Amino acid sequence: MDKTMNVLIVDDYRTMLRIIRNLLKQLDFNNVDEATDGQEALAKLRAGNFGLVISDWNMAPMTGLDLLKEVRADARLKHMPFIMITAESKTENVVAAKQAGVSNYIVKPFNAETLKEKIEKVMVHA
Amino acid sequence: MPDGIPGDDRIEAAVRAVLGSMSGDLTAKEATLLAELEGLGRTIARAKAEIAALSVDDITGAHIPSATDELDAIVGHTAQATNDILDCCEVLERLQSDVPEAAAAALQGAVTRIYEACSFQDITGQRIGKVVTALKAIESRVEAVVANAAGRAAPPAAAPTPPRTEGQELANGPQLPGGGTSQAEIDRLLASFD
Repeated sequence: MDKTMNVLIVDDYRTMLRIIRNLLKQLDFNNVDEATDGQEALAKLRAGNFGLVISDWNMAPMTGLDLLKEVRADARLKHMPFIMITAESKTENVVAAKQAGVSNYIVKPFNAETLKEKIEKVMVHA
Repeated sequence: MPDGIPGDDRIEAAVRAVLGSMSGDLTAKEATLLAELEGLGRTIARAKAEIAALSVDDITGAHIPSATDELDAIVGHTAQATNDILDCCEVLERLQSDVPEAAAAALQGAVTRIYEACSFQDITGQRIGKVVTALKAIESRVEAVVANAAGRAAPPAAAPTPPRTEGQELANGPQLPGGGTSQAEIDRLLASFD
């Protein structure tokens, strides 16, 4: 796994962005950028060169699920590994995310080991 | 009121109309019925007057805004406290290179657990957001009920909103304990698609 790749983390809670960034740093991912909703994330993804997206669901104006759909509909981004990290823990949410093409799904609150495991899993298939 | 007669007056007018049409030939049963009807009319009129006299301005103008402000302040305070904790964690991480390997590993393990625990701020923030939304819904319903009882025009309906996306429709925030799906169940569900 190339740990020098750019990772985009998306969450409307600044503290959560900081927590995920620090956990990624512990895993030796140091090239991390941030966005606070789906629209900002999409603009960054289209303008930049990212290898992984880790996104929350419940954000405004564009949610994580809607961001995922935009990513999968974009010819250049459609194969981008995309992990959802969210408090949305209903089965219907997981099914909708899977149908939209999510690479993996982590429910909040989560632990560092789960984050590591899911990143390793999606990057193997990337 | 569609016919221009206030609600209380309509009740009274209906009772008088019934009384007028039946006067002179009342049986005991009809007299009892009319008495009950009058009593019912008075009860309804009193209830409407009480609703109209509610200090709804206190509820919508002070109590609910104050409650939502307090909740917003809770979110702000917990965010600030969480950031202070994260500041300390980052200092501890920088010190890892200055301590023996075993101590550095222990330090990192402890810091990681603090990071994990600090995600409470996100969860509690989302839960408080749900409470604020519920309070605002109660506020608008109370306003509408009181306006109706007082014969005033109901507050204008909110402007039409654009259609909600699937992501917005399914955004319900954190579930109560036992109401959501665990990580292990999610992993099994995702595996079932492969």
